[in-house]
Amino acid sequence: MAAGHEHASTRFYVAIAVILAVLTALEVMVFFIEALRPVLTPLLLIMMAAKFFLVAAFFMHLRFDGRLLNVVFAWGLVVATGITLALMAVFGRFS
Amino acid sequence: MNSQPAGDRSERLDGLNARARAMGQAWKPRLAVVADWMTTVDHKKIAILYFLSGMTFLLIAGMEGQLIRVQLAQSELRILDPNLYNQLFTMHGTTMVFFAGMPLIIAYFNFVVPLQIGARDVAFPRLNMFSWWLAVFGGLFLYASVPLGSMPDGGWFAYTPLTNREYSPGRGMDFYVLALLLAGVGTIAGGVNFVVTILNLRAPGMTFMRLPLFTWMALVVSILILLAFPPFTVGLLFLLFDRNFGTHFFDAAAGADPLLWQHLFWVFGHPEVYILVLPAFGIASEVIPTFSRKGLFGYPVVVFSGVLIAFLGFGVWAHHMFAVGMGPLANSVFAGATMLIAVPTGIKIFNWIATMWGGKLRFTTPMLWAIGLVSMFIIGGLSGVMHASPPTDLQQTDTYFIVAHFHYVLIGGLVFGLFAGLYYWFPKATGKMLSDKLGKWHFWLTLAAFNITFFPMHFSGLLGMPRRTFTYPSELGLDGFNLVSTIGAGLFTVAFVPLIVNLWKTLRNGEPAGANPWGAPTLEWSTGSPPPHYNFAVVPRVQRRDPLWHPWIRPEEEEAGDHEDAGPGGVEPRLQPEVAPEPVVMPSNSWWPMVMSIGMLIATVGGLGSLETTLVGAAITLVGLFGWAFEPAFRDGAGHL
Amino acid sequence: MSELAPVTGIRNRKLAMWTFIGSECMLFATLISTYMVYRGRNLIGPYPHELLNVPFITVTTFVLLMSSLCMVLALAAMQQGNRRQARFRLFLTAALGLVFLVGQFYEFNHFHHEGLGLSRNLFSSTFYILTGTHGAHVLGGVIWLSTLFLRLGSGPIDAERIETVEIAGLYWHFVDAVWIILFTLIYLLA
Repeated sequence: MAAGHEHASTRFYVAIAVILAVLTALEVMVFFIEALRPVLTPLLLIMMAAKFFLVAAFFMHLRFDGRLLNVVFAWGLVVATGITLALMAVFGRFS
Repeated sequence: MNSQPAGDRSERLDGLNARARAMGQAWKPRLAVVADWMTTVDHKKIAILYFLSGMTFLLIAGMEGQLIRVQLAQSELRILDPNLYNQLFTMHGTTMVFFAGMPLIIAYFNFVVPLQIGARDVAFPRLNMFSWWLAVFGGLFLYASVPLGSMPDGGWFAYTPLTNREYSPGRGMDFYVLALLLAGVGTIAGGVNFVVTILNLRAPGMTFMRLPLFTWMALVVSILILLAFPPFTVGLLFLLFDRNFGTHFFDAAAGADPLLWQHLFWVFGHPEVYILVLPAFGIASEVIPTFSRKGLFGYPVVVFSGVLIAFLGFGVWAHHMFAVGMGPLANSVFAGATMLIAVPTGIKIFNWIATMWGGKLRFTTPMLWAIGLVSMFIIGGLSGVMHASPPTDLQQTDTYFIVAHFHYVLIGGLVFGLFAGLYYWFPKATGKMLSDKLGKWHFWLTLAAFNITFFPMHFSGLLGMPRRTFTYPSELGLDGFNLVSTIGAGLFTVAFVPLIVNLWKTLRNGEPAGANPWGAPTLEWSTGSPPPHYNFAVVPRVQRRDPLWHPWIRPEEEEAGDHEDAGPGGVEPRLQPEVAPEPVVMPSNSWWPMVMSIGMLIATVGGLGSLETTLVGAAITLVGLFGWAFEPAFRDGAGHL
Repeated sequence: MSELAPVTGIRNRKLAMWTFIGSECMLFATLISTYMVYRGRNLIGPYPHELLNVPFITVTTFVLLMSSLCMVLALAAMQQGNRRQARFRLFLTAALGLVFLVGQFYEFNHFHHEGLGLSRNLFSSTFYILTGTHGAHVLGGVIWLSTLFLRLGSGPIDAERIETVEIAGLYWHFVDAVWIILFTLIYLLA
């Protein structure tokens, strides 16, 4: 384990969970607001990414853990995202 | 272990009591040996198991290849029925890649990696055995289709829609799908195991830039396995459901695109090529420096080339699909990436040549195989760069030119590498030297047979010899080339004779090898041949990339920086003490990996159409999993995975 | 053994779990790619927009999110050596996971009644296999967490056991993180 970190307090984790819940609520609100239709996709993707990284960084402790674990996870995530985007491109989902 | 039914029974039979007991005594140790091998968690024994199972499947698949060559010896032959021909080339490819190639490279990982990094075993010894059981069960399950007369016949690539239920109505492709799903689980488990082993179990001082090249390639390959097998697993799952549960993943009539299978397959399939060939590169990078008496030229560059190949390897898959009409943009992108990946591969070749340049070369058998690898791989690499270009590929796709190309890569690269490694590490594994004379016979015969078989295929392919077709018309004028290929294939079988004689003679009464018969630089040569159960009596401390070629440096000298020495010449290697100075605790044998694998095998059999069987198998798997989780790995109590 | 002093400072089992999670990224990426590639190519009904119920799934999403919070708090309790609290929170994590699964079962059942059998169309194929694979992961997690809960009834709370809970937690949070993506891609971007 990385030295010098005491696992954060209950209050901290609850705060992260509240942020996640609020983001989820925002996502659903955005989904129902007609006026936001044109920017719906980017908005939702940004919030999705934010939630994903909040969970990985704090609940999974990547923020406090060794660099190696970040590399391991990032390698998988980058290749996975790349393959997803490439497959969608090959099947003409962006054109 | 405690399975001696022979002994129990003998006690009930009064009249034959004495004799039966004597027999029981004779059997007991043998049963104990079998039980020990079935439950072993020793990476060296598991390596031998992997090697034997891989070699068995290699010979079976080799025989299938021979049959293919017999059928193609002349035009319009009818020795094999066309259906049987389809089944044979499917089984040949599937077996070679998944049940010969993969187990063989993992056999080498298992034997060499812990020894090279100065560890006493892999990180998860029971998981290791679990992987082997699944590899074997996967192969056995695939071959269960043979007595049932329904071998898979859709090619090892299993392209949809040909393999949909509609066009492959038999059970064959179900065997293929289920066997590979089963084996794939074990392979991924192996990937996790080796990543953790290499990252975590390195001896003190074994930094990444001191890691032997073979271990580096094992790390890179394990990462490739972890990222390449899941897409394949998902593809197989889709195919399983399409064939058996009426889903529509590859059903054009429902709006799907059957090409998706090809993409998923090659997202896996191309990295798979690197999974098979990078370990062979790793072996060459061990053998060539040892027999040149010279450290590997440009070590960091070779390492980074390997890592770069692992990364770029995921961006080139569609070059297997230039002919399907992806459009000029996609074709160009994948062609560019493919040409790019030839660069790190080429770098490695130049580094091997530069290593030999000016070295004190010794042309021992392993060195000959390694040089053979370099030269044969160049041929396979060059033909590969040719069809990296889409217009050229359109001419060559589905012809024997492609068959020639990938056999130069997989035999010239992988198999030559495996033989180099076999002759190189056999003395370490058994303590006995293989005969150099017979080894050279084996090498030269194989080299000749290999080229006689596959070189003419470049010509027959360019002249239009079609792949995956059971015969060809005589008007093509290809009878000559094909006959030569078939004769070469026959010679290939003969080339195995010196190897088998060599193994037989050496195992009976070979010359003792000693700890470091080749004067090699890496850690595995500092311990006994064969190594003791615990590998290293004292955990070594590493200060150099070539530790056995350099005198021991004391820490204070290292800090002072005055450790320049005579270089790699004639320095006495530091050997391990014969007996461990303090007791070493090694993990105990376990039945649970076998129990869990049997459960998974039964569940897989149920996949052929019996939900009850699958549920029974799942229950046994769960029992095995819990038994495993709650079993202490060491007799003294501390548990781990 | 070397198990006690890994070179990287990260213990074997934890590194193995992270490595496995890296691999799982590819598994879900392939499933998600397939879903995205085939989105909108459905030829016969029912279509996604006729069935997907965002308010309902928002509730189960929230449940899974809260289970993640319980999980991380269970680990914190383990680290403080508070057995009762740790067990209670583990139980709650598993229970919330179970609620999510019941929700998924209800959803599948409802879709089935609306005419969306597994083999109905392209949407049913991709939807059921993608969310079903995720559900199978949740089920595995529930079984794992329940086992930990039961086993934690006795025995010492030592470093080994804290690590076991931490690793189970990593798995659980990853499954939750995957759902974050699925929720957006399947339900909100429909």
